[in-house]
Amino acid sequence: MADTSQIKGWYLSLFKDFENHLDGEKSSSFHKVRKEAIGRFAEIDFPNTHQEDWRFTDISPILRHTFSRADKKAATIPTKDQISGFQFNGMKSRLLVFVNGSYSPELSLQPPLPKGAVIGSLTDALKNPHDIVSGHISNNASAGENAFTALNLAFAADGAFVHIPDGVEIEEPLHLLFISTGPGEFISQPRNIIIAGKNSRVRIVEHYVSLDGGTYFTNAVTEIHAGENSSVNAVKIQSESLNSYHIAMTEVSLDSNANYTSHGLSFGASIYRHDLNVALNGEGSDATLEGLYLLSGNQLSDTHSMIDHASPHCSSQEHYKGILDGKSHGVFNGKIMVRKGAQQTNSYQENRNIILSNEAKVDTKPQLEIFADDVKCSHGATVGQLNRESLFYLRSRGISEDQAKLILIYAFASDVLKDIKEEEIRTQLEKMLSERFLAAAR
Amino acid sequence: MSNSELTVEKLANEEYKYGFVTDIETDKLPKGLNEDVIKLISEKKNEPGWMTDWRLKAYRHWLTMKEPHWSNVKYGPIDYQDIIYYAAPKKKPKLSSLNEADPQLVKAFEKLGIPLEEQKRLAGVAVDAVFDSVSVATTFKEKLNDLGIIFCSMSEALQKYPELVRKYLGTVVPYTDNFFASLNSAVFSDGSFAFVPKGVRCPMELSTYFRINASETGQFERTLIVAEEGAYVSYLEGCTAPIRDTNQLHAAVVELVALDNAEIKYSTVQNWYPGDKDGKGGIYNFVTKRGACRGVSSKISWTQVETGSAITWKYPSCILQGDNSVGEFYSVAMTNNMQQADTGTKMIHIGKNTRSTIISKGISAGRSNNSYRGQVRITSKAENARNYSQCDSLLIGDKCGAHTFPYLETNNPTAQVEHEATTSKIGADQIFYLNQRGISTEDAVRLIVNGYCKEVFRQLPMEFAVEATRLLSMSLEGSVG
Repeated sequence: MADTSQIKGWYLSLFKDFENHLDGEKSSSFHKVRKEAIGRFAEIDFPNTHQEDWRFTDISPILRHTFSRADKKAATIPTKDQISGFQFNGMKSRLLVFVNGSYSPELSLQPPLPKGAVIGSLTDALKNPHDIVSGHISNNASAGENAFTALNLAFAADGAFVHIPDGVEIEEPLHLLFISTGPGEFISQPRNIIIAGKNSRVRIVEHYVSLDGGTYFTNAVTEIHAGENSSVNAVKIQSESLNSYHIAMTEVSLDSNANYTSHGLSFGASIYRHDLNVALNGEGSDATLEGLYLLSGNQLSDTHSMIDHASPHCSSQEHYKGILDGKSHGVFNGKIMVRKGAQQTNSYQENRNIILSNEAKVDTKPQLEIFADDVKCSHGATVGQLNRESLFYLRSRGISEDQAKLILIYAFASDVLKDIKEEEIRTQLEKMLSERFLAAAR
Repeated sequence: MSNSELTVEKLANEEYKYGFVTDIETDKLPKGLNEDVIKLISEKKNEPGWMTDWRLKAYRHWLTMKEPHWSNVKYGPIDYQDIIYYAAPKKKPKLSSLNEADPQLVKAFEKLGIPLEEQKRLAGVAVDAVFDSVSVATTFKEKLNDLGIIFCSMSEALQKYPELVRKYLGTVVPYTDNFFASLNSAVFSDGSFAFVPKGVRCPMELSTYFRINASETGQFERTLIVAEEGAYVSYLEGCTAPIRDTNQLHAAVVELVALDNAEIKYSTVQNWYPGDKDGKGGIYNFVTKRGACRGVSSKISWTQVETGSAITWKYPSCILQGDNSVGEFYSVAMTNNMQQADTGTKMIHIGKNTRSTIISKGISAGRSNNSYRGQVRITSKAENARNYSQCDSLLIGDKCGAHTFPYLETNNPTAQVEHEATTSKIGADQIFYLNQRGISTEDAVRLIVNGYCKEVFRQLPMEFAVEATRLLSMSLEGSVG
C-alpha cells in the first residue's frame, strides 16, 4: 500500500486555502458540517485495493496528481455555441450550467418556476438559509467511511439545489450541465441536492462534459430524496475527458410509494467510479436502475450499486450492460439487501457484459443479502461474446462478419436506452451509438 | 428441528460426553501448540524427516498469519493453545447390543434408514464376526490391492509410500495457503490417502466407511487423492448419521490431483453436531478443499450435502489447469436454528476450453444464516472457457437469512460466464396445490424441498442419495410452522 499521507496533506492544505476564501460564510452553521467532514477525512485513508469494495478499482493514479481548487476566474468561459453543442436537440429543458463545479447563471436558462419550487445553485441556497437545505444537510450529510465523500462534503460549496414542493410537477427536464475546462489540473466537487415533495414529479439530467480534454478530477455527490407518491426520473451521462477522473456518489432515499428511475451512462473518464445507493425506506416504493458502460483504451469504469429494501412491498429492477474494448476494465458490484420485515419484496438484478478485445476484462459481483422470507429476488450476470447463432443468422443473409458484429453490439447497447423518457436524449444517444458502431459497419 | 428432536440431540450428546469421562485416556499430549508439540506428533507417528520439517515450516508460517474474519459468519475467539493436538485413538466403551445404546440415537438411525449392522457399528456396539466391518473392509482391500489402488490412512501411507505422498502432498493446498490450512499442515493427525494408478477405474465407491478407524473423525484431517492418467475414482466422505465430537474446531484439508483424462468424484455428507437451539456448542467446520485438474481433459466433481455443524465455512475448489478440463460443484447446504454456513466454490480457469458448472442450493430455516460465496476466474490464457452457475436459496421462516456473493472475474474475451441466482420462499400456491391433494403441509414442504435439491442429490451415489433425502427431511422437522 502506497503512502497516501502526503496527498492527504495536500488536500488538507487545500481546505485551509478554501476556508480563507470563504469570507463571512466561515461562521455559518454549515461550515461546521464542513469542518467535521475534513476532520473525518483526516482520519480515514483513501480506499485501496485491499478493501473489499475497492478490490478491482485501483485509484492510485488519482492520488498521484496534486489537483488545485478550480479557479472561477481563471476558467475559460464556454461560449453560448459551445453550450448549445451539449444540449439535446429540440429538448425543452431548464438548463443549469456549472463551470468547473461553480454555477453560472449567465449561461443557464430558467423559465419561471411554479410557486414554492426552488431550482438553483447550492451556493444561493446556503446564502438564504432555507430550512429545508440546512435541515436536509445536517440530517443526511455524513462523511461516512469513504474518503472521497468526506472530501466532497468538506469542500461542499456549489452544485444544484432543487426543491419541488408537494403536489408540483416540473414538466421540463432539469438539465444540469457540468462543464470542465482548463487551464491546469484541478478538482471540482459539486454537491447536488434534490428534494421532491409529496405527489411531486421531476426529471433530472446530470450531464458531465469537458471542453478541452484536460486532466481534472470530478468528485461529485448527489443526494436525492423522493417524498411520498413522488416520481423522480434521473439520467446521468458521464462523458468526461478521457484524461480525467470521475468519482461519484449518488444517495437516494424513497418514501412510501415513491418511484425512482435512473439511467447511468458512462462513456468518458479514465477512471470512473459510481456508487449508487438506493434506500427503499417507504412501503410500496419502486426503483429502476439501468446503466450502460462503453469503454475502450485504458478506461476503467466501476459501478457499485446498493439497493436497500428496508420496507415491505417494494420492488426494484436493475439492469446494467457493458461493452469493453481495448485494455479497458469494467467492474460491476450490485448488492440487493432485503432487511428483516421487508416482506413481499420483488427484486431483480442483471449485469451483462461483452468483451471485444483480448486485453479487456470484467469483474462482476452481484450480491443478495436477504433477511426476510416472503421475497422474490434473483440476479444474473453474464460475461461473454456476441452470440454465434445471431452472428451466423446475419451472415447467412449476406452481411459481413464485421458488420454483423456491430449490428449486434448496437442492439445489445440500445436495449438500455429504450426506456429513457426524454426522447431527445434517447435519440441523441442512439445516434452516438449508431455512429460509433453502425457507421463503422457500413 | 422440533423440540422433541432437540431433546434428542441434547440427550444424545450428554450421554456421549459421560461415556468419555469414564474412559481414561492415557496417551495424550498436554494442551497447547509449539514446535516441540509438532515434533512430538511427528515422532509419535514415526514420520520421515521431511514430513517433520514440512510441519515445522507450516507452523512457523502459521505464526505469521492472522485468523481471517472476512466471512459472513460470527463466532467467538478461538484459543489455539487450549486444544489438545495429539491424543492416541480414544477407546469407547463397547456395548454388547443395540438395546444398551441410547434409544434416541437408535431412533435417529431408524429414521435415516441406516442398516442394522451399520447402526451397531455407529453406536459402538461390538459386532459379531460375520458382519464385522473389519472383515468386510479386508475383503475390499484385497480387491483394491489387485488393481494397484492404494487406499489407506495418511499415517499408513507415510510409512508405506512416503515418496508418493511427498510428491503430491501440499501441491494443491500449500502450507502457506490460508490460516486454517497452515494450522492443519502443522498438526494434522490423520486422514485418508487414495492413489489410483494409470488407466484403472476404481470398481467401488471408496469411503471412509471401509477404513477401520473411520468413525474416529480427527480434528485436523488431511486427505489426499491422486488419480493418474485415465484413472477414475469416486470417494465418499462423511456419513448421514449424526456424528458428535468433543472437538469444536475442525480444520481439515482435502487435496485432489487429477492427471490426464482422469476423473475424481468427491462426495461429502456432513451432519456434525450443530449446537442447540440457541446456538450453544456445535462444531466449527473450517475446511480447505481443493482439486487440481492437472492433466488434459481431466475432471473433478464436488458434491456436498451440508446439514450439520454450527458453522460451515468451506469452498471446495477446482483449478482447471489442463486443457479441456472440467470442474463441477453441486451443493445443498441446509441451516436451521442458529447454524451459519458460508460455503461455495472457486473455479479457476487456466487451460483452454475448460468448463465448469456450479449448482448450489441453500435452505435456511430458524434463525440461521446461509451464504453462497463463489468465485469464477477466467485467466487471460483460458481461451473458450465456459462457466454456468446457478445459486438458489430457499427461505423457511422470517428470521433466517440467505446471502449470495458471487465473484466473476473474466480476463479473456472468448469466455462465456453465466451466473444466476434466485431467492424465494416456498410458494403458498405450491403448498395449496399439495394440500388440496391430501398431503399435509409438513409433507408438502418436504416434497418441495426434495424436489428443489434433486439436481444435487442426483449426483450422489445411490444409497447416499436416499439417506441424504431422509436427512434433509429430518433437519427440516419442526421448521414448518
